[in-house]
Amino acid sequence: MQIPVSEIHEIIDREADDEGSIISALEKVQQHYRYLPKEALILASQRLGVPLSQAYAVATFYNAFSLKPKGKYCLQICMGTACHVRGSPQLLDQMETKFNIKAGETTPDHLFTLETVNCLGACALGPIVVVNDEYSGQMTVQKSDALMKRLIRKEGLD
Amino acid sequence: MPKLTINGSEIQVPEGRSVLEACREHDIPVPTLCYHPALEPYGACRLCMVEASSPPRPPRLVASCVHPCEEGAVIETDSEAVRKSRRTTIELLLAGAHNDPMLLALAEEYGVKEIRFTLPEEDLCVLCGLCVRACREIVGVGAISLINRGMARKVSTPFQIASSTCIACGTCVLICPTDAIKLKDITHFHSVHGSDSEFERVYCQICDDVDLSPVVIQDVDVLIGTTIEKEVDRD
Amino acid sequence: MASIHTAQELDTWRESLAAKVNPDLPLITVCGGTGCRVYGSEQVWTAFQDELTNQKADARLNYDVKVTGCHGFCEKGPLVVIRPQGIMYTNVKVSDVAEIVGETIAKNKVIERLLYVDPQTNEEIKCEQDVPFYKHQHRLILGLNGLLDPTRIEEYISQGGFDSLKKVLTSLSPDDVIEEMKKSGLRGRGGAGFPTGFKWELCRQQPGDVKYVICNADEGDPGAYMDRSIMEGNPHLVLEGMIIGAYAMGAKQGYVYIRNEYPLAVKHLRLAISQAEDVGLLGENILDSGFDFTVKIKLGSGAFVCGEETALIASIEGQIGEPRPRPPYPAEFGLWGKPTNINNVKSWASVPIIIDKGSDWYASIGTETSKGTVIFSVVGNINNTGLVEVPIGISLRELIFDIGGGIPNGKSFKAAQIGGPSGGCIPAEHLDIPIDYESLQSLGAIMGSGGLVVADEDTCMVDFAAYFMRFTQEESCGKCVPCRVGTKAMLETLERICAGDGRPGDVDYLIELGEEIKRSSLCGLGQTAPNPVLSTIRYFRDEYEAHIVDKTCPAKVCKGLITYSVIEENCTGCMVCLRNCPEGAIQGKKKEVHVIDAAICTRCGMCMSVCKFDAILVE
Repeated sequence: MQIPVSEIHEIIDREADDEGSIISALEKVQQHYRYLPKEALILASQRLGVPLSQAYAVATFYNAFSLKPKGKYCLQICMGTACHVRGSPQLLDQMETKFNIKAGETTPDHLFTLETVNCLGACALGPIVVVNDEYSGQMTVQKSDALMKRLIRKEGLD
Repeated sequence: MPKLTINGSEIQVPEGRSVLEACREHDIPVPTLCYHPALEPYGACRLCMVEASSPPRPPRLVASCVHPCEEGAVIETDSEAVRKSRRTTIELLLAGAHNDPMLLALAEEYGVKEIRFTLPEEDLCVLCGLCVRACREIVGVGAISLINRGMARKVSTPFQIASSTCIACGTCVLICPTDAIKLKDITHFHSVHGSDSEFERVYCQICDDVDLSPVVIQDVDVLIGTTIEKEVDRD
Repeated sequence: MASIHTAQELDTWRESLAAKVNPDLPLITVCGGTGCRVYGSEQVWTAFQDELTNQKADARLNYDVKVTGCHGFCEKGPLVVIRPQGIMYTNVKVSDVAEIVGETIAKNKVIERLLYVDPQTNEEIKCEQDVPFYKHQHRLILGLNGLLDPTRIEEYISQGGFDSLKKVLTSLSPDDVIEEMKKSGLRGRGGAGFPTGFKWELCRQQPGDVKYVICNADEGDPGAYMDRSIMEGNPHLVLEGMIIGAYAMGAKQGYVYIRNEYPLAVKHLRLAISQAEDVGLLGENILDSGFDFTVKIKLGSGAFVCGEETALIASIEGQIGEPRPRPPYPAEFGLWGKPTNINNVKSWASVPIIIDKGSDWYASIGTETSKGTVIFSVVGNINNTGLVEVPIGISLRELIFDIGGGIPNGKSFKAAQIGGPSGGCIPAEHLDIPIDYESLQSLGAIMGSGGLVVADEDTCMVDFAAYFMRFTQEESCGKCVPCRVGTKAMLETLERICAGDGRPGDVDYLIELGEEIKRSSLCGLGQTAPNPVLSTIRYFRDEYEAHIVDKTCPAKVCKGLITYSVIEENCTGCMVCLRNCPEGAIQGKKKEVHVIDAAICTRCGMCMSVCKFDAILVE
């Protein structure tokens, strides 16, 4: 993917307010492209006067950042305590098998990314699966199977 | 000038000293890994733990490299609690750096009998961060940083490829306590971080034997108006 | 929106807002907490609005409907409360809306099927305040959550909001405020329980003109979500607390460090800040007092360790969230090297309440050493999952059985993990312990940030401990050796035990290592990481021994120690398990008994969860 430098500049400029802005700037870039393009890290480090080594350390330290492009659908499974005791590990197993990837990975066709998250704070709904910011609560193996099938069908892969 | 007691002797130290500095000044041995007098203390390796009690508070373990000398503090640098803590830390350090002679010597000194947990891959780097801090604080370059977190943490250049800011000065190599960073000397090039980063070897024309990086060459050029001869040309 | 320059103008505005409220107009409040939203509460709210506009002109009914913050009883969402009667409907669907309007609003008739049924007495309960879940609570901080539309500052003002700020700015000196806080006995609600007033005093005493106050909203304990609910449901309360604190300590700039996993809370907080700025309650010369204060939001990027003060500061400064040693404490050397005070969301939210009602009143709630209320998010194997605010000192039994409604499916209570991954478990024998800082500590748990996970008899305590260890191990920043390598060593030992490869001496090794990690780690994360393991060993050592010596998992959870098989007499040969088995480990034909191949089976439990005939046996 070609990343337009001017667009990244614009995003970074909006966040450039104090010395600590590198994280906010990277968050916005991550939100926009759903990953951190290498170019963005370099531009942000130059624009905000932060060593590239620090920008890279930040990008690899925080869970919210990803240096690899994510899939079209990002499936997050909550691994908070409440979800865990209500069976989220089983859902993870199921999805890993279905998509043949591990948590944190993206399918080779760049359609699905599987992630675990630490508590989304909606514990009464556990286990929770979030697909591109849309929550599905009280998931079961059957419901999650239906969810995956729906996404696969939508992409005409069935 | 706070007065404190270390291992039973009362000493007085100038304001602003850390407990470790006070110990060093009074020839009291305290092992360290991540400490270097030229760098800001970091408090990461936890080898320099000592027992501090400021009555009425009960004694607790503190990292002497970052703990200030407080008036009236009572410090023990070799109590059983201290030795136990160091034993555990040494054992954990050896989990990855199984064969490091310095750590093995410490293990011997503190009576570490067995290594009950080992990491699958040997890694001499104990993540003390000296190289990263030296590069930033002394060299002023910041070419490397500690990336990732937890067990995945490591010292690396951005994107884990050749760094455009590393000047290959070798400070990181010199300061590394476990020889985890190697200076590679390839004809005409030397490389520090990873096999990918290669720097053209250039010599200063004035002293003839100092390596300079391309970045420095330009600066020197401007400053003293000499031209730097590349080693390649001399061959 | 009004523009408020003086205390007088604030009063006038409040009066004019109050005058607009028609007390006879029925008010329908729809819970808009994250939980209820997922269940569809927004659609329910829209339906109520549509109903209002679609009514026939001749039979027009007027009512007000609004989306409020989280009501706390997340298990039963979407929740709808009809005021002034306080009638509470649970699990409300869009299809129920017309009936609610037609019956309850028009004829004051209660729709019984929407009422909450007490599972213990089978009794239908009409009013919110009579539901046992609420009846035993003392909702101070969460008090207005179910009443306010959190997106409108007017609602907060009309309920008395910013009155405490007015009191502070017009009649109290910074020292008076600190004195009030000290007298109230409020202790930091982030976990450590340090007295808030003393913390403020320390910061106030530091020299220098530039100081910062920070709200720690990086709620990371997996299973705690009260901070999220407060910020979603009543963000102005938190802001008001921060403004008061900033005045007391002499700070002009505040930050809220909030998890980016909480989009709704971020949205409401942003809105609250911009509204407070618009009316003049944030900015320069607040209420003509000469005091200036602004608040910025910083988003956390997914690192539990950033809940630790110094890591949080590093993160705001644009660094990796790596803690640094204390002293110096943030009060002396904090953000950008300036004196900084960090308090948790709940602590800030308590401030306006203390100022409003007085420190004596506040200190009358709670125990001798722990004052006020505490909020728990009660989750796990419990009937009433939700947020519970109780006076400190209530017994664990009351919390779990009277408020929480006990353990579902007739199972028995085994333990409660209090304080999340930093805390410890309390077994059944200590159910009557009063919940306060000291009592919990004496049993090896901590108050922590208020996460309370209930485990029933089917929970394996070794697996439970391993879960928390895995969490902290993954969240360790990796700076110091004991935490980075030590937690890994503990986790691998626990995983070995769960896999059936435990060795004699493992438990002693865990204790020895755990104690050293606690004593030698740099920050609070490492210093508390071994707690779940140490406390489960303390109370359930026999379970550990069963795994290691007998190679059995008494709760039948640990995959390496259990096998799945088909109970022949129950199996109908329906093929559901066979189709769902991800490993293809089940063989069988339609209407014939199926067989699980133990060599292929990965003990994922899928067959058991899909079988409708109880035909899967685990042993």
